[in-house]
Amino acid sequence: MKLLTHNMLTSKCIKGVSVGYPLKINASDVKETEIDFNPEFVSKMIPKLDWPVLYEAADSLGKVGDLPKNIIENFENDEDFLKKVHHIMLEVEIVNGNLICPETGRKFPINNGIPNMLLNEDEI
Amino acid sequence: MSRPEYLAPPEIFYNAEEARKYTQNSRIIDIQVQMCERAIELLLLPEDSPCYLLDIGCGSGLSGSVLEDQGHYWVGLDISTAMLDVAQEREVEGDLMLADMGQGCPFKAGSFDGAVSISALQWLCNADKSSHKPVQRLYKFFSSLYACLSRSARAVFQFYPDNSEQMELVTSQAMKAGFYGGVVVDFPHSTKAKKFFLVLMTGGNVPLPKALGTGEDSQGVSYTAKREKLKNQRGKPLKSVRTWILEKKERRKRQGKEVRHNSKYTGRKRSGKF
Ligand SMILES: C[S@@+](CC[C@H](N)C(=O)[O-])C[C@H]1O[C@@H](n2cnc3c(N)ncnc32)[C@H](O)[C@@H]1O
Repeated sequence: MKLLTHNMLTSKCIKGVSVGYPLKINASDVKETEIDFNPEFVSKMIPKLDWPVLYEAADSLGKVGDLPKNIIENFENDEDFLKKVHHIMLEVEIVNGNLICPETGRKFPINNGIPNMLLNEDEI
Repeated sequence: MSRPEYLAPPEIFYNAEEARKYTQNSRIIDIQVQMCERAIELLLLPEDSPCYLLDIGCGSGLSGSVLEDQGHYWVGLDISTAMLDVAQEREVEGDLMLADMGQGCPFKAGSFDGAVSISALQWLCNADKSSHKPVQRLYKFFSSLYACLSRSARAVFQFYPDNSEQMELVTSQAMKAGFYGGVVVDFPHSTKAKKFFLVLMTGGNVPLPKALGTGEDSQGVSYTAKREKLKNQRGKPLKSVRTWILEKKERRKRQGKEVRHNSKYTGRKRSGKF
């Protein structure tokens, strides 16, 4: 699972959970892949990202590197910055581990890169 | 042949063997690809701009491969582990997730620029467990989908309704969840080529796109249009709540009655805190 997906994912489908965001990450296996860099897509996604959540997620995986703590001004024209964001949101992947609901502590296992978001009967 | 939805729940029907058979069948591949191309056309995405899309019931990624071929990024959810495993093996570019759409779309507000779903929605019309209530599951699904789409985004579903009641059921729950739109029927006169596309819009009631192969320039069945016509016949004006309240206050003022002053909060929904 990419950190871009983590940035969008919530546990709000659980009964009684109001926000369910951000999910805590407990990763046992992380990999880095290579994906074509598309500056237009990265620029388009930056305003949609919850930046502190992305930063925190990258940091917790030890992958934050020199990603700035805040979105910089005129990021559209800063290829260097866009490449860093590209790497963090698309190329860092959690292969195995757990996502944890911030409100209930419910764990969602990630196996082979695929998070299991299925809920039990008593959670819906 | 009996419809697969009536044979077993999807996570059982799409087991490892079925997932492999499905994904290797060149006739199936062609059809899924064609239908997804049509669905993307109906999404009316901004031209030449990479989008972030959701593929609901993505299976082994046949539909997703069309999304990536057109330069888009996608997240796919599916209830069958076997189908997702095949997608993983095929090294699709989309990010995959095991989830039941009937339990809702687990994403924050405004995440996606659009959503597609190819040959999956009919599964939601069945009760596969005693606890399943199709109406509730459909509503939960559509309302959570509505929330995770960005404003003015669309969602397009190619699906196989078993009968007109099912089409009505699905459409009415989508409208209840806040969507506008209806079903576009391509090639309605051909038993083989006939295809149903539920086109859902978030940005207001615009005319449905034209169906293909109708032989005339007729359009799909616009459920919203039908409903609004009915409302008009009942004589209720189709006004926003705010307009309606302001007009009512005006009338009461003219009658010399006491009314509260208008503010920016007039006619707004109350937050849960009240
Ligand atoms: C006919 S396949 C289509 C797969 C893919 N969209 C394609 O075009 O090849 C239908 C898919 O819908 C999935 N599905 C059925 N019910 C579902 C549900 N409640 N939640 C998520 N996926 C579901 C099935 O597991 C299956 O992979």
